[in-house]
Amino acid sequence: MNLDFSEDQKQLKDQARRFFADKSPPAAVRVVLEGQARFDQAVWRGMAELGWLGTAIPEEYGGLGIGHLEQCVIAEELGRSLAAVPVSSSIYLAAELLMAAGSEAQKRRYLPKLASGEKIGTFAYAERAGAVTPRSIETQVTGGVLTGTKTPVPDGGIADFAIVAARAGDGLSLHVVDLAGPGVTRETVTTIDPTRDHATIRFESAPAEPLGAAREGDGIIGEVLNRAAVLTAFEQLGGADRALEMARDYALERFAFGRQIGSFQAIKHMLADMYVAGALARSNAYWAAWALSTNDAELAEAAATARVSATQAFQLCAKNNIQVHGGMGFTWQFDCHLYYRRSNLLALSLGSLSNWEDRLVDSLLNKNAA
Amino acid sequence: MNFDDSAEEATFRQTARGWLEANAPKHLRQELEEAPFGRLQLKSVDATQASRAWQMQKYESKWACLHWPVEYGGRGATPIERVIWQQEEGVYGKLSALFGIGHGMCGPTVMAWASEEQKRRLLPKLAAGEENWCQLFSEPSGGSDVAGLRTRAERDGDDWIVNGQKIWTSVAHLADWGLLILRTDPNVPKHAGLTMFFLDMKSPGVEIRPIKQANGQSDFNEVFFTDVRIPDSQRLGAVGQGWKVSLTTLMNERASIGARAVTGFPEMLDFCARIEIDDRPAVQDRAVRSKLATWAARASGLKYTSYRAISALSKGELPGPENSIGKLVSGSMLQEIAMAALDLQGEAGILADPALAEAAGRFQAVLLRSPAVRIEGGTDEILRNIIAERVLGLPADIRADKGMAFNQIPTKAG
Repeated sequence: MNLDFSEDQKQLKDQARRFFADKSPPAAVRVVLEGQARFDQAVWRGMAELGWLGTAIPEEYGGLGIGHLEQCVIAEELGRSLAAVPVSSSIYLAAELLMAAGSEAQKRRYLPKLASGEKIGTFAYAERAGAVTPRSIETQVTGGVLTGTKTPVPDGGIADFAIVAARAGDGLSLHVVDLAGPGVTRETVTTIDPTRDHATIRFESAPAEPLGAAREGDGIIGEVLNRAAVLTAFEQLGGADRALEMARDYALERFAFGRQIGSFQAIKHMLADMYVAGALARSNAYWAAWALSTNDAELAEAAATARVSATQAFQLCAKNNIQVHGGMGFTWQFDCHLYYRRSNLLALSLGSLSNWEDRLVDSLLNKNAA
Repeated sequence: MNFDDSAEEATFRQTARGWLEANAPKHLRQELEEAPFGRLQLKSVDATQASRAWQMQKYESKWACLHWPVEYGGRGATPIERVIWQQEEGVYGKLSALFGIGHGMCGPTVMAWASEEQKRRLLPKLAAGEENWCQLFSEPSGGSDVAGLRTRAERDGDDWIVNGQKIWTSVAHLADWGLLILRTDPNVPKHAGLTMFFLDMKSPGVEIRPIKQANGQSDFNEVFFTDVRIPDSQRLGAVGQGWKVSLTTLMNERASIGARAVTGFPEMLDFCARIEIDDRPAVQDRAVRSKLATWAARASGLKYTSYRAISALSKGELPGPENSIGKLVSGSMLQEIAMAALDLQGEAGILADPALAEAAGRFQAVLLRSPAVRIEGGTDEILRNIIAERVLGLPADIRADKGMAFNQIPTKAG
């Protein structure tokens, strides 16, 4: 049994940690937070040059084709640094949707540009509050043009094209829409985490190219969300680990009542609980990484488990990190809020925690019924 | 990443499986699977006798304590082979619970600290289940603060004379030997005045009384010592070195890898699929689903944490510190699950009679037993301290008794 990354993958992880520490320190993330840039172009270009956007994209479509385990270790380090780049939208979602449902021509047309970072893709799914279901989607396609409003679309303000979910009878269909094309207007929206771009996109008779078979979008989306959930769990894991480290370091350095605050059990036990949550999340994420890389039948269960576990761990670590820092943790100057913001953003991207809890229980019941 | 055995591991697993296929007490399989939570009780046979018989059978074929050296009754198996054996032994491993303290804690301490002659005399009989051991550490005034223990030993020629009381001793009434930590010098700081011994439990002056627990059962004993004599030759380690010796024991307590933590989750999932609330199975209720998902993620996290530890063993590495989270997570989960299961039963949830209660009263029994799981073998609070200090590197608790002679340490307010 080897539920661990290989030596090569661990080396890649070390390399990624150094890359993000160098290229995406908190000061770089704050440039986007403060609205001076929509995303971090230097980090994006750097990742593209290293081939890190295309690790899981096959070589014939311009990627490195080395696999998803490599993508997982890079995701963890990205999450740790909070790098302000559209990797999840463009790679975990758009590229995966294209790989899952695209025709040969579509894969050849889009994937190399996503792998090289020349183009940014995204997935336009949600339209209103509440869990997204086929019934909650009003966007329609008739005669090759798409009409509807999507919000919030991750990286919607910076993406070049979107894969849009539209209502098709009782189900959904997917379409690729050029966001610079006719019939598209977009407006950046303010979110709880401005380090990642989000937009409202209005489509009025925008030219739309079908992706995959009509009405089969729902199943494809479900599968791709599972895959994206595993990669996102690694981002969450990286963020949780960093938040725990920040809290631990501060607890060692800060004195109150004549002693290190880390010597108080109230603080020690809070940190121990953060560690436990992170350890559970890591073990679940490794299982899910295995299922993703082997396309195992357990993927749905493993992805939902990893997602629930990692969401809980990152939220716990990020909120307790502020608590351990006390008043200083609530200042703009300290970086605690960056992790708190990101933890709560990632908890909702790809669907809320309760939505993933539902998916997890469904997969357990399916397994027991089988 | 993979979940496959290496070639050697697969061969070993085949050997173990083949032996079990031919020798395991299959007539007990179903009863063992259905055995309720807590001390093993079987309907068709005496559980103690069945445990001893299985242990002896394993010993004779070198499957008992297989990770111990051959000269002490084992087969010199590697840590990963031990895990594979546990996986294959499966439910029959419940029969070994009787020897859990002896094999898991006392044996390794004897192995590390006793003389060669003593090891050859004691360990094979322990491996065989011919003799059993208990561990006499906790005291009424020394639980989490075990170094605060008060049972004293005074030197008398070649013997030591012991007076005092131990508590929470599993299987004391079935034990031939006890691993015993005593205060040999009350005039020095508490950790420095302790010495470790082993004791013939049939010695005159040893009195064992079962404790009636809060759940009405008796899994543990109190052990009283009145002028009990122990030969100095049964001392483990130097006089005053008892704390260091005890760390060998306690580290082994937390080193059992692959022993699956009992969380109650699989039973709870089955129960929720079966019981109806609002005319539909409880698994369709949103609030129930949310709790189930959280427990599922925790149970799965523990499972794959142990797989990560096994992976490390398989590579010949030491498992990481994450392996210490098992009991902390599973203990509170068991209690939460019991409470939630009773909640689903409504007012009938108070019924504890197995003939009347849902799921034959399983969850009621867990409810009443589970507080102990969060205390025994290290309280939740001690486990959090250990994680905070040893894993995260936070400072040790500030001790009011630091450097103070043991007999000067305050024991009550005012």
